[in-house]
Amino acid sequence: MTDTISSPPGAGGGPTDTVRRPLVVSPHLAKRYARERRFRLLGLGSVATAGLILLILLGSIVSKGYSAFWQYNVDLTIEFSAEELNPDGGPVEMETLQRANYLALVRDSLKREFPDAAGDRRERRKLYGLVSPNADIALRSMVLDDPSLIGTTQTVTIKLSDDMDTFSKGYIDRDLPESDRRVTDREIVWYDQLDSQGRIHAAFNVDFFTQGDSREPEEAGIYGALIGSILTLTVTLLVSFPIGVMAAVYLEEFAPKNRFTDLIEVNINNLAAVPSIVFGLLGLAVFLNFFGLPRSAPLAGGLVLALMTLPTIIIASRSALKAVPPSIREAALGLGASRLQVVTHHVLPLAMPGILTGTIIGMAQALGETAPLLMIGMVAFIVDIPQSFTDPATVLPVQVYIWADSPERAFVEKTSAAIMVLLGFLVLMNAFAVLLRKRFERRW
Amino acid sequence: MSESSIPTGDVSVASKPPSADQLANRYTKVQSRDVNVYYGDKHALKHVDLDVYENEVTALIGPSGCGKSTFLRCLNRMNDVIDICRVTGRISLDEHDIYDPSLDVVQLRARIGMVFQKPNPFPKSIYDNIAYGPRIHGIAHGKAELDEIVQKSLERAGLWQEVSDRLDQPGTGLSGGQQQRLCIARAIAVNPEVILMDEPCSALDPIATARIEELIDELRENFTIVIVTHSMQQAARVSQRTAFFHLGDLVEVGETETIFTNPEDSRTQGYITGRFG
Repeated sequence: MTDTISSPPGAGGGPTDTVRRPLVVSPHLAKRYARERRFRLLGLGSVATAGLILLILLGSIVSKGYSAFWQYNVDLTIEFSAEELNPDGGPVEMETLQRANYLALVRDSLKREFPDAAGDRRERRKLYGLVSPNADIALRSMVLDDPSLIGTTQTVTIKLSDDMDTFSKGYIDRDLPESDRRVTDREIVWYDQLDSQGRIHAAFNVDFFTQGDSREPEEAGIYGALIGSILTLTVTLLVSFPIGVMAAVYLEEFAPKNRFTDLIEVNINNLAAVPSIVFGLLGLAVFLNFFGLPRSAPLAGGLVLALMTLPTIIIASRSALKAVPPSIREAALGLGASRLQVVTHHVLPLAMPGILTGTIIGMAQALGETAPLLMIGMVAFIVDIPQSFTDPATVLPVQVYIWADSPERAFVEKTSAAIMVLLGFLVLMNAFAVLLRKRFERRW
Repeated sequence: MSESSIPTGDVSVASKPPSADQLANRYTKVQSRDVNVYYGDKHALKHVDLDVYENEVTALIGPSGCGKSTFLRCLNRMNDVIDICRVTGRISLDEHDIYDPSLDVVQLRARIGMVFQKPNPFPKSIYDNIAYGPRIHGIAHGKAELDEIVQKSLERAGLWQEVSDRLDQPGTGLSGGQQQRLCIARAIAVNPEVILMDEPCSALDPIATARIEELIDELRENFTIVIVTHSMQQAARVSQRTAFFHLGDLVEVGETETIFTNPEDSRTQGYITGRFG
């Protein structure tokens, strides 16, 4: 290589140096350039592959899940007959209304619509299966809100059952032989008749965002799991943030550097690598069996996730504290600030953006964590929206797991939709972390 | 200020030598006796006996790694924060041992301020930089008094004119020389008796250096100053007394003029004439 470098003027002065060498292109040069090009291409290829995989993943989730955000309904003429709702006659009492058989109203309406099916019992059951078996709940709340409806006939929008909804969305092929599909020929005829009258239409599936889990896919919503996640993460944050930051500050600013603190450091790093299911077993043994915390509760789940998040927060906080230049500490010490003042007045405020970024990333990890929560019973089927930290609850990723495990075809789209909601929150949290880092980034 | 440009032999001594009368009335502000510093197994400073007189500038010179900065940091116990550092011997301020366990290091540092090699203003406003010391020591009572301290400190550091209209701007936005004067203002805001300066001009250009040197000479009236410097001209220009350190030993200490014109030790002679260091 040396022959491509011309010697500096006036150096040496030996006889060979007096000849000025031309700036030749070395044969090595082409090779070197080619190597660099290859390296760049490899890098570009890696990035492209990663991007493609991400795209495929997102594409498959979105294409499977987007249809969960609307629901097909049918308009039925419901006769709120007084005999059915208030069989004893006399003044209308709330208690009677609450116990009345609203499903019969829906069934009567369907029977009037398709009188030919009314004879055979099996046919009748198929007919009733067109709409959601939970349709009575909507009717009941309508009547309870406004008892004057009794005796009138109204057009009411009622949810289709999960199979018919799936059929409407085109996931069930009507050209298949009847024995191979969930929807019978007869049901398709009924459906087509209603459809031709323009009585079947789609609407935004509000219930998906406002209801808890259900055995009926058309009634199942993400809201219960969302609240469960929020409650659980609140516990996690409240427990792991103060402990994590205090531990990091102590280790970084106060602890003497000796073998003992080295041991602690190694163990914290090890803790970060412990499989999450182990934390779940620990939570089961300690929080549920020893301390007797309620099973399936956000309190226990949050504590388990806090254990898992602690190492992340401690490591991130320590590196944020390390990044504060020692000259700032010296300046404050030199002015007569105590070590506590140095930390609280200068080091901690400067490290806070980094600490918060690490905390948010830890929280995002905790939000997506499933395995440890399975061990403490948060995998239960829970319909009610959790109201407190000790109510039984489930969380978003576990909800995904439960739905993915359900046999009904309609839960496929619910699963993907739940994943989309979960990913949405993760993206939101990570974006916030990036924003925080950008906004408060300091250079010295 | 690179050392290779030092003219060999003759270094002019600008500062006035103290008169015989002044010499007789000197008051020993800081006194060290048989000070040893160990970093782990390393014996970094050996048996240092040094007196620092009030209202004088004492320069500590010597080649890199000779222990001059280590000695400086012993004087306000900044070495305490280094785990492996051990100090023996006696250092006293006004004849009170500063390593006395009953002494509060926070109060000591309020009396012995420090200015560092690299300007290190807090990433806060200029005002808050100066006000921080008085605030934590509870020196000022009320906003008006604090404002006055800030203004006076900046004036004494020769920075008031330049920054009076932007006290709320971050101190890190100033130029290097201004930042260092801000750090000096910050140090004098707590009204210390001694100011330690650890190569305060090594990161500055010659013009900024000249301003700091002028400032040091002015501050001498009210403060006792100990300055570590790599520049022998600087030592000659600003100090009344000079101490030469070499490999952890205090080789020679005396009037600056004597050290630079007629050193006793051959190592001092060698260093100031540029034969090593």
